[in-house]
Amino acid sequence: MAVPKRKKSKSRRDKRRTHKKLSAPALVPCPQCNELKPPHRACFYCGTYKGEEVIKIKEE
Amino acid sequence: MRHRKAGKKLNRTSSHRRLMFRNMLTSFFDSEKIETTDAKAKVLKKEVDKLITLGKKGDLHSRRIAAKMIRDKEVLKKLFDDIAKRFKNRISGYTRIVKLGWRQGDGAPTSLIELLPDLGEEKKEKKVTKKEDKTKEKTTKKKKETVSKAKTDKKSVKKEKKVKAKKVEESKSEKEENLQEKKRVKPKN
Repeated sequence: MAVPKRKKSKSRRDKRRTHKKLSAPALVPCPQCNELKPPHRACFYCGTYKGEEVIKIKEE
Repeated sequence: MRHRKAGKKLNRTSSHRRLMFRNMLTSFFDSEKIETTDAKAKVLKKEVDKLITLGKKGDLHSRRIAAKMIRDKEVLKKLFDDIAKRFKNRISGYTRIVKLGWRQGDGAPTSLIELLPDLGEEKKEKKVTKKEDKTKEKTTKKKKETVSKAKTDKKSVKKEKKVKAKKVEESKSEKEENLQEKKRVKPKN
């Protein structure tokens, strides 16, 4: 059976993983309350979407 | 291959799927808005449109077909006597889906699906006026274009000037940045 001749060094292993990274989430300021929210989604700070769609938000 | 096989299975057997949508449709027409996952909302929209079309027909046969999907007699009545009449002015597209975010337990994307309000006479008028405005804008734009063509020769001269000005600005901004960097370095020392 074909078998690796050498153990992959830490350097080679880590070099392979340089492309494996997280990307920052896309966020836009809510036109209503200016908090950052994901685009095309209702704002979960003020509960609005396109100015009117109100989802009840518990006020603390 | 799944060529031309429309519809989503939603990881359910056909009987499970059918019962789930009967439940969802019944509670949707009852409360007029529900929160579900994005995928289910998208499929539900299709089914809702079908049922409202049946409701608009309003005869006994379509009532019986609708009764196959709706599990509550009261809700069936409401669909045929109330909801169907509200949508007389709409041809289709009776619902609105707003994406809400992600569910706490499993991170599933959720959305709110709701029946749209009555399309009254006022809104119709508004739409007409909007269209008129657009046509007006177009005509004005055309006029501007013709004027601008005459100005193109002048513009080309202006453009050259602008390019030069930009270059100057860039060099200035670079200098400023350099200065700022120097300032930052200094206090550390």
